[in-house]
Amino acid sequence: MAQAAAVAKPPTPPRRRRASATPRRLPYLLIAPAALLMLGFIAYPVLSVFYYSLQDYNPTKPWRNGFAGFENFTRIFTEDPLFWDTLVFSTKWVFVEVGLQLLFGLALALIVNQTFAGRALGRALVFSPWAVSGVLTSAIWVLLYNSQTGITRYLADMGIGDYGVSWLSDTSTVFPAVVVADLWRGVPFFAILILADLQSVSKDLYEAAEVDGASRFKQFIHITLPHLKDAIILSTLLRAVWEFNNVDLLYTLTGGGPAGETTTLPLYIANTSVDAHDFGYASALTTVAFVILLFCSMVYLRLSKFGGEK
Amino acid sequence: MITKEATVAAPAPLPAAPEPPRPARKRRRAWDEAPRWQIYLPLGIYLVFTLIPFYWILLFALRPAGSTSLVPWPMTTVHFEKVWTDRGFGTFFYNSVLVGVVTLLMTTLVALAGGYALARFDFKVKRAFMLALLCSQFVPGALLLVPLFEIFAGLQLINSLVSVIIAETVFQLPLSMILISNFIKNVPYSLEEAAWVDGCNRFRAFRVVVLPLLRPGLIAVGSFAFVHSWNHFLFALMFLNNQEKQTIPVGLNTLMSADSVDLGALAAGGIIAAVPVVIVFAFIQKWLITGFSAGAVKG
Repeated sequence: MAQAAAVAKPPTPPRRRRASATPRRLPYLLIAPAALLMLGFIAYPVLSVFYYSLQDYNPTKPWRNGFAGFENFTRIFTEDPLFWDTLVFSTKWVFVEVGLQLLFGLALALIVNQTFAGRALGRALVFSPWAVSGVLTSAIWVLLYNSQTGITRYLADMGIGDYGVSWLSDTSTVFPAVVVADLWRGVPFFAILILADLQSVSKDLYEAAEVDGASRFKQFIHITLPHLKDAIILSTLLRAVWEFNNVDLLYTLTGGGPAGETTTLPLYIANTSVDAHDFGYASALTTVAFVILLFCSMVYLRLSKFGGEK
Repeated sequence: MITKEATVAAPAPLPAAPEPPRPARKRRRAWDEAPRWQIYLPLGIYLVFTLIPFYWILLFALRPAGSTSLVPWPMTTVHFEKVWTDRGFGTFFYNSVLVGVVTLLMTTLVALAGGYALARFDFKVKRAFMLALLCSQFVPGALLLVPLFEIFAGLQLINSLVSVIIAETVFQLPLSMILISNFIKNVPYSLEEAAWVDGCNRFRAFRVVVLPLLRPGLIAVGSFAFVHSWNHFLFALMFLNNQEKQTIPVGLNTLMSADSVDLGALAAGGIIAAVPVVIVFAFIQKWLITGFSAGAVKG
């Protein structure tokens, strides 16, 4: 709205340049396509989710549709054990994935930042799963984990484990199995971002530390890590949000099973809206998920003092 | 004329420089050198973890059905033929390429315009707009499926690739725009002003002076958009229900959710899905690191 007003306001000084070069209007014209797309396809859907969260809305049961007040929300917090189960699993999933991805990604970045023969090829190979989609990752790990011709068969040939074991359908093995599959694709993301940031560490600092007799480990703690701090905070946050929201991998690899063991909150929401057509309730769940994400992100940025002490 | 001035004015730290010249090996200091085994051993272990899954899918795609051999020999292309024609991957491939290329073009163009405005102008809603861009990073596309579906149904775009292209573009835009505006900020404004003095209008100055310097950044952003839309699954799954219109990830999911999974076909389909991203990846790999460090999300 502010934007419309600003555009409508006639340019006060007599225009000397041609209209196309008038800086007063130009920025608005330039952001207009992006702004319109985002208003129509992000802002409006978000607002309608908030609106539906206060409604009973189910296309298959139209006679019950109507204003519901906070009924959906009370149902979430008091009557829905699945909400709590999936929220707990989502939290566990995000912490384990982001933690391990950061750890391995950092180690990998430090290694391929060294100078060694075959570095370019090594980098290309370890980064390659970054470009692989969630669905393709699922396809690959379905092949690896299948009970007949998967990796367990060859392990059993070597005397490790039994034949016919499927890690994805056993409740005790499914979590590590999906964690490893997602790590395979997720570690390169951190490695690439951290490696990019490592390029800008001043070599003089290391030389000075060397002169002062600091060990390689101390150099890492006192020079490398502080330099990487902002990049690490930002990439872990983006990745946590992404891992929380992303449903591709789990949807196709386990479908949330076995026995709901790997259902994240977004997966539960997707099932509620797509399978059960309970749009009102799904919208309320979405609103809750959104608030949780926003709250956690703000707490995280505050606690980590992002961008401070520069 | 312009280019000459440009080089004189700023031979400076532009994103164009692919990689700083490496110092000759001899001059490297001891502090920079880890023992060789400390590099090769962990790298080797990690490579095994990375490469076994790739080998596995190649193995299943190339060996005959029912074989348990660990080398793909005798080799067969029967799975590829089956997937490409019987399972419709030929059509899916075409659809995915179309979606990917159009998304790439739209994202880059719209983000370039917006990014330029953010980098070069101060205007009233700038702060609010930046905030909206950042906040949109927290909006999960997957959770907006229902309202998005209703919007596209209202626009009569369900079952049309246009709906998927719009959705992919919209969710690629915010990050692309932030990245591009950072790339543009790295190009000194004085270069453009010099071109105006030489008689260029703003657009021409941008095209002749700024655009060439943005190449690595645009390559990075464009390839992200392509790879992302090539890989993305939920929008296509939700908005396209006609088999003729579906994309590769949806095709893969269909293969996986069959009652008895045809592993050979699944592997061959996976290879087909991987080929374009592998090519893009090989092409952009060297730009990736520089592109990221130049535009790092810090502005």
